[in-house]
Amino acid sequence: MSDALVIAELSDDGKLKKSTLSAVTFAQRALPALGGTFSILVLGANASAVASELTACGAAKVLACEDPAFEQYTAEQFTPTVSEVGKGFGLIVATATSFGKDLLPRVAARLDAAYAGDCSGVASEGGHITYKRPMFAGNAFGYCTLSTPIQVATARQSEFEAAPSTGGSSPIETVAKVSPSAVAERVQFVSLEAVKSARPELAEASVVVSGGRALKEKFMVVLEPLADALGAALGASRAAVDAGYAPGDFQVGQTGKIVAPKLYVAVGISGAIQHIAGMKGSKVIVAINKDPDAPIFQLADYGLVADLFTAVPALVTELKKRT
Amino acid sequence: MKVLVALKRVADPDNANKVKVSAAGDAIDTTGLEWKTNPFDEYALEAALRLTENGKTPKKREGEVVVVTLGPKESETMLRAALATGADRAIRIEATDAELDGRLVAWALKAVVAAEKPDLILLGKQAVDGDSNQVGQRLAELLDFPMATFAATLHEEPGALLVGREVDGGVLTLRVTLPAVVTVDLRIVAPTSVFSKLTAMEAGFKHGDGVRFAPLPAIMAAKKKPLDVKPLAELVGGAVLATKYVKFERPAQRAGGAKVKDVAELVEKLASVSKVI
Ligand SMILES: Cc1cc2nc3c(=O)[nH]c(=O)nc-3n(C[C@H](O)[C@H](O)[C@H](O)COP(=O)(O)OP(=O)(O)OC[C@H]3O[C@@H](n4cnc5c(N)ncnc54)[C@H](O)[C@@H]3O)c2cc1C
Ligand SMILES: Nc1ncnc2c1ncn2[C@@H]1O[C@H](COP(=O)(O)O)[C@@H](O)[C@H]1O
Repeated sequence: MSDALVIAELSDDGKLKKSTLSAVTFAQRALPALGGTFSILVLGANASAVASELTACGAAKVLACEDPAFEQYTAEQFTPTVSEVGKGFGLIVATATSFGKDLLPRVAARLDAAYAGDCSGVASEGGHITYKRPMFAGNAFGYCTLSTPIQVATARQSEFEAAPSTGGSSPIETVAKVSPSAVAERVQFVSLEAVKSARPELAEASVVVSGGRALKEKFMVVLEPLADALGAALGASRAAVDAGYAPGDFQVGQTGKIVAPKLYVAVGISGAIQHIAGMKGSKVIVAINKDPDAPIFQLADYGLVADLFTAVPALVTELKKRT
Repeated sequence: MKVLVALKRVADPDNANKVKVSAAGDAIDTTGLEWKTNPFDEYALEAALRLTENGKTPKKREGEVVVVTLGPKESETMLRAALATGADRAIRIEATDAELDGRLVAWALKAVVAAEKPDLILLGKQAVDGDSNQVGQRLAELLDFPMATFAATLHEEPGALLVGREVDGGVLTLRVTLPAVVTVDLRIVAPTSVFSKLTAMEAGFKHGDGVRFAPLPAIMAAKKKPLDVKPLAELVGGAVLATKYVKFERPAQRAGGAKVKDVAELVEKLASVSKVI
């Protein structure tokens, strides 16, 4: 029998990120195979305050490690403490955000644990955990088992809904920081150029409007009114980002963000497999493209063959009529 | 600067129709798929070349670029291509993909680093067959080196690198003291993303867009460049595979393909059929 440890993720200003609750759901689903309970570990400059927000989701314990050194995340600062606490667990899990994907493989190496990244499913079978992972740009799922005493995994946020509050009250325990080796001094945080936006976060939005190369310099001018009308987050194809029409953190796809909103509107996007890998889990897909043979139409629930520069403004007008 | 670049030969997933699962469901059937260098690793190599040259005279190598793979004999084609684009030496560790997971690859690369003592190890952020995204992070920990993952920009400073990382909320810049491990993202091959200390960052300087191609004479010359082969066991000792794939399946196909005639019909369907607006 063993237990699971969820690693909480905080925003740059020290607040709990909702992504943490997807990892909680993952841990809960893995528990039958482990036979134990799950706890949550929070590292931060204000970890105790954040820990108190996590006491209602059914954890055996919420462990808080508060230290000014954790104000700015670096893997080098976090790895020793996470590993030291994690040693007592059979499974360590975080959500596969840029934080989880950076930290957890490093923790796994420190514990000589095998790692299953970006899992879209987890099951308990015959007393062990089976991890389901998208591979080959989403063209196949692989099911794997890990045979090290400690197992480490990250959960694809779009596939694990946020764990609801169960109203319980888990005890909070403080844990001591483990000082990193000299390596921590060899990496220095310089700056974060955050893309500020009043829109919902891409990975959490219930509607996403994404634009492709076809938008050119008019990316924002054309798509913002549509995103406003739908209350949507904005996304983009790689080609639109590479060309500088949209910022890098808009990218949806195999190597960008994975989204699964209830409505995804692809505007001037051809539908390359790497893009599809990031949005095909959406409930309803709309595609607007002037090429009737664009591959995106094969998976769209509603395809509109039209010039986007006329269709999108018309769509905005039509949507406004309804409200 | 001496740079070690890890390259993996992958079955190209780009042709979605050709990725098949074996009848028994226990393997990915790679017949009909083209083998190529993992794209992120090609970008890592391009970044290594840019870091070891003056952008204005890119043919002259300053420092050394060593490429390494863990793969079968066939992956030497990929190594020769890397030598042709400008790498100086190649190392192949004899192994098949089925014998490897991220943990073993990192252990093996650690041994290569111990022998080669590079200033910088560059890797792709993920291999696009397994989409596993772990080797660079693991290697940094095994070496106790600083790391910067998902790099979109690299600027060389004395003894250090300024790295712009693509993270969820924007671009995060770190300064890592060398030796260090860096994994690269797509935009590392944009024209102004990499500056070595030899390439003056004066206004207007641009590298070529994307990765460079080898001219024919370089392809011929690459045949004579050194390529060492080592057995895996020599590097990882008795370590055994800890990740086992028990089953594969193709994802369910979406039932898409319907068209609407105009914007009015689209809005009508979204509202009354799908009920999403
Ligand atoms: C390793 C790797 C990883 C990658 N990762 C990603 C990823 O994460 N995300 C991603 O998106 N891509 C990714 N790509 C890139 C991907 O292969 C495609 O190149 C990219 O998605 C294409 O973007 P696009 O659809 O905007 O551009 P294009 O393919 O150029 O398509 C533009 C579309 O716009 C249409 N169009 C043009 N004008 C109009 C108009 N006036 N009105 C309506 N329609 C119009 C055209 O018909 C066309 O279909 C990756 C590639 C590689 C090799
Ligand atoms: N078999 C291999 N040989 C050489 N390098 C590898 C191998 N597997 C992974 N890598 C390197 O590690 C990076 C990340 O791979 P992965 O963690 O498997 O997604 C790749 O982009 C390569 O640079």
